[in-house]
Amino acid sequence: MKKLILAAAAFLMTASAYADVIKVGVIGPFSGPFAIQGKNFKAGIDAYLATHGNKVGENTIEILYRDVPQPDPAQSKALAQELVVKEGVQYLTGFYFTPDAMAVTPLLEQGNVPMVIMNAATSAIVTKSPLVVRTSFTTWQTSAPMAKTARERGVEKAITVVSDYGPGVDAENAFKTTFEKEGGTVVESIRMPLSTNDFSPIMQRVRDSGAQAVFAFLPSGPTTLGFVKAYNENGLKQAGIQFLAPGDLTQESDLPAIGDAGVGILTTFHYSIAHDSPENKAFVAAAQKAIGNPAELSFPSVSAYDGMFVITKMIEATGGKQDAQKAVDAVKDLAWESPRGPVSIDPETRHITQNIYLREVAKGDDGGYYNKEIKTFEKQPDPGLAAAK
Amino acid sequence: MQTFFSIGVDALAYGMILFVISIGLSVTMGLMRVVNLAHGAFAMIGGYIASYAARDLGLAYGVAVILAVAGTIIIAVPLERFLYRRIYGAPELTQVLMTIGITFCVIGIANYVFGPTLKTIPLPSELQGPVDIGFRTIAAHKLFAISCGIGVAFALWYLIERTSFGVKLRASVDNTAMAAALGVRTKIVYAASFALAVGLAAFGGVIGAELLPVEPYYALRYMVTFLVVVSVGGAGSIPGALIACLLLGAIDTTGRYLVPEYGEFFFYLAVIAIVWVFPRGLMGRAK
Repeated sequence: MKKLILAAAAFLMTASAYADVIKVGVIGPFSGPFAIQGKNFKAGIDAYLATHGNKVGENTIEILYRDVPQPDPAQSKALAQELVVKEGVQYLTGFYFTPDAMAVTPLLEQGNVPMVIMNAATSAIVTKSPLVVRTSFTTWQTSAPMAKTARERGVEKAITVVSDYGPGVDAENAFKTTFEKEGGTVVESIRMPLSTNDFSPIMQRVRDSGAQAVFAFLPSGPTTLGFVKAYNENGLKQAGIQFLAPGDLTQESDLPAIGDAGVGILTTFHYSIAHDSPENKAFVAAAQKAIGNPAELSFPSVSAYDGMFVITKMIEATGGKQDAQKAVDAVKDLAWESPRGPVSIDPETRHITQNIYLREVAKGDDGGYYNKEIKTFEKQPDPGLAAAK
Repeated sequence: MQTFFSIGVDALAYGMILFVISIGLSVTMGLMRVVNLAHGAFAMIGGYIASYAARDLGLAYGVAVILAVAGTIIIAVPLERFLYRRIYGAPELTQVLMTIGITFCVIGIANYVFGPTLKTIPLPSELQGPVDIGFRTIAAHKLFAISCGIGVAFALWYLIERTSFGVKLRASVDNTAMAAALGVRTKIVYAASFALAVGLAAFGGVIGAELLPVEPYYALRYMVTFLVVVSVGGAGSIPGALIACLLLGAIDTTGRYLVPEYGEFFFYLAVIAIVWVFPRGLMGRAK
């Protein structure tokens, strides 16, 4: 009898414990050419769980990872469906590429699941569903301050060079709109194919255009390296043509490869691993431990870390019950101190309002390269949605 | 006029780098009749070895290049013995499936061992920075690549057309049984030419690393371009590959300068036109 009661009690305990496991589904590129970005998602999430524990009140968080190696909306949607229907996840998060996030937004309402975007940087995603919250950045948000900086530094004529795909076009529009509003002229806008390997002809054109500065946007990785090298080797640096870009171009994991060629490049971005604050030091220590090789740590990790913070706030507000609208409402106007600085969720757009920093690539005392923050643009909202209207 | 020359120099440099990497593929496809989709993987292995030798071990650039070529050949010879030897003369589909499989394995291993980040090969100071050549500045390493391309083209032409090894190779390819009957050790000839092709791939991977940076997906990323060069030039033809590289390099570079919006439109338009007029490539041999 006693045994039976114990067994029943044990059963009840496990049953109630089981009910309190909150599953969070993460969709991102964990293999393939963008695996390093997925690794950063995982490092940010692991760092959060390592420093805050995996319990929210009585509830335990369980993370499920799903791999979408390259932009693939159909696969992303299928995996999201599987996570919601078969695994019963209460939260969907991750999403490195815009199309992958866009494909999942129609499922949210029906599945009663909020989406917390840890990267995808096109402004319009938040308008696709009221259940989308974003903790990363938009290309507009990080590019527009660069146009202001250029004007402050006396640049009259600039040229834009971007890769011909969604974020590249976004960056071009953001820079052009802001730069012209501030009274500058964009003499030419070049869009290059994504598969460009040799940038010398482009650099020649930049030179011939007579611009004082070149604003560039390319996806991070091998092309960036070639672009920065071509900028130096074709004598643009000596000619005094200033190199401007959003921080995707000088992400920390690419800096060792770019090396000396990158020193002096100005970028604007929401996060530098070298950001000087106690919150960031603690975060970087935890995230570097989680990722294994410290040189691989880069910006998606901080969005993932903050994404986990937002999800835990959602779980707190709903007490672990599945209620997507209540969860999203709970984080509107949420403000906190992120490793990147003070941030808040805009109640209208559900996008993160944050400081954007002007940074310069500099060589550290240890011989490594880092993004040195030299100026802060405080509390920047996303100008992209307003511009689209 | 100045624009014309400066585009010309860029085109020449890009074309020569393509040539050094692709010529090995032309040898395997044209002379050995193996569709080797793992060619890019061997170029990448060369790049990784050179990067490891020069950056992590601090060896001189020249030593790193030699180590890269030798190391890649050492890796490739057992592959030839145990895998490639089975597919000589096999249907193309079998060859494609096996070599693409090797490529994926190499990508996975590179990703696991070296990580997903870019690896650079530090250049010696003589090859760094811009050089003034009168009407414009050009990167010193590009001049180096151009001279390497010319050197490789000449040495290879001499080897295949003017030496006894070249005679044996051409004989083995045209009629293996007859060549063997005449006392040519065809297996060794095949192994040696495979090693030569792989060595050239590795050399090109190192020389071209400034334009095509080394990372795990290198093996697939540029494979289409290499195949295009071989099919336009005509598999197995050294002058053909050289002309194809210079022509395609010129079209690509000019297109990028004048109308970058059109992307690779002109590049592929030229490829379609050439292959349409010359189905076996510019200097391809009839079977």
